[in-house]
Amino acid sequence: MKVLGISGSLRSGSYNRQLLRAAEELLPAEVEYVVYDGLKDVPPFDEDDDFEPAPAAVTALRRAIGEADAVLIATPEYNSSVPGVLKNALDWVSRPIATNTLRNKPVAVVGASTGAFGAVWAQAELRKVLAAIGARVVDGEVAVGHAPTRFAEDGRLEDEQLEEQLQETIEALLAEAEARAGRGLTNIRS
Amino acid sequence: MSITTDSTQALPVGNWQLDTVHSTIGFEVDYLAGVFRGQFRDVEAKLEADGASPALTGSAKVASVDVRDENFAAHLQSPDFFDAERYPELGFESNEIERADDRITVRGGITIKGVEKPVELTGTLVDPITDPYGRERISLKLETTVDRTDFGVNWNVPLPDGNPALANEVKLEAELFFVKEA
Repeated sequence: MKVLGISGSLRSGSYNRQLLRAAEELLPAEVEYVVYDGLKDVPPFDEDDDFEPAPAAVTALRRAIGEADAVLIATPEYNSSVPGVLKNALDWVSRPIATNTLRNKPVAVVGASTGAFGAVWAQAELRKVLAAIGARVVDGEVAVGHAPTRFAEDGRLEDEQLEEQLQETIEALLAEAEARAGRGLTNIRS
Repeated sequence: MSITTDSTQALPVGNWQLDTVHSTIGFEVDYLAGVFRGQFRDVEAKLEADGASPALTGSAKVASVDVRDENFAAHLQSPDFFDAERYPELGFESNEIERADDRITVRGGITIKGVEKPVELTGTLVDPITDPYGRERISLKLETTVDRTDFGVNWNVPLPDGNPALANEVKLEAELFFVKEA
């Protein structure tokens, strides 16, 4: 089982990256987990550039998603919504809509923010975007507000309730991925 | 001994197979300012009326939804709508069929997105005619209305006035041409 983590925040000290690391601590040992590192290289989406071969950074992202059995996205909230970098990357991945690598892919959305609400609006918008792309968006919300105070030195979430929510979300994500694998459904690969 | 048959109440005797070329199974739903219609290309149905308890069964492949735009079809097949990967078929199975003259009522269970609910289909039946090739044919025209959200088909988007773009009530329509099994 392969899970791909994607952070909607690029900065090195990102709380959403920390949230993806906290998730890693909760994943079963047999899960192969990779946090994607190439989002910054994805160019702005331009339909004039939307032909094969796609830009290398786009191909790499599509392939990474295609090879994963499930995707965990941690998003911050910029101006009450999804960061442009993340939305732009998803717009690339969504093309062409009928065969894109997120289609039917189990995806969970979590989020962290420095404010009180833990990126809940960005998470809601991201779920809507992912559903429109055709992903299998799992239920479960993890909203890590006041993020600078939430992580222990070992990378785990200090708040037990948040950690429990993250655990439940991960379990739901893996259950969806296993349900697909059990039906012998193959990933669309780019 | 005499046998009395009330021809206006009985179903045409026989096992009836669907003529898939001429039949349609589709839906219509209020969307934005109009009514949107779609249908399924790949459908199956049969009417078994050679015994005491006649039965109508049918199914439609979700992947065959025919809406004239491949991206739109892809959206309808995604988990947002019918989730074709997990629930590839819509199905119907009757429990009870009643006829009064040309009116017909079929009660049974309809399964959409893996959820089965009881429904009552109503419509008309055309008694057997013989086609140019000597085969006996009947037809059934049936419809019912379901609330799509009862089946977990929940997608919507709000209009600027706050109302939803897509209605929850969906009319399901079947125009079924049947040929008598030889």
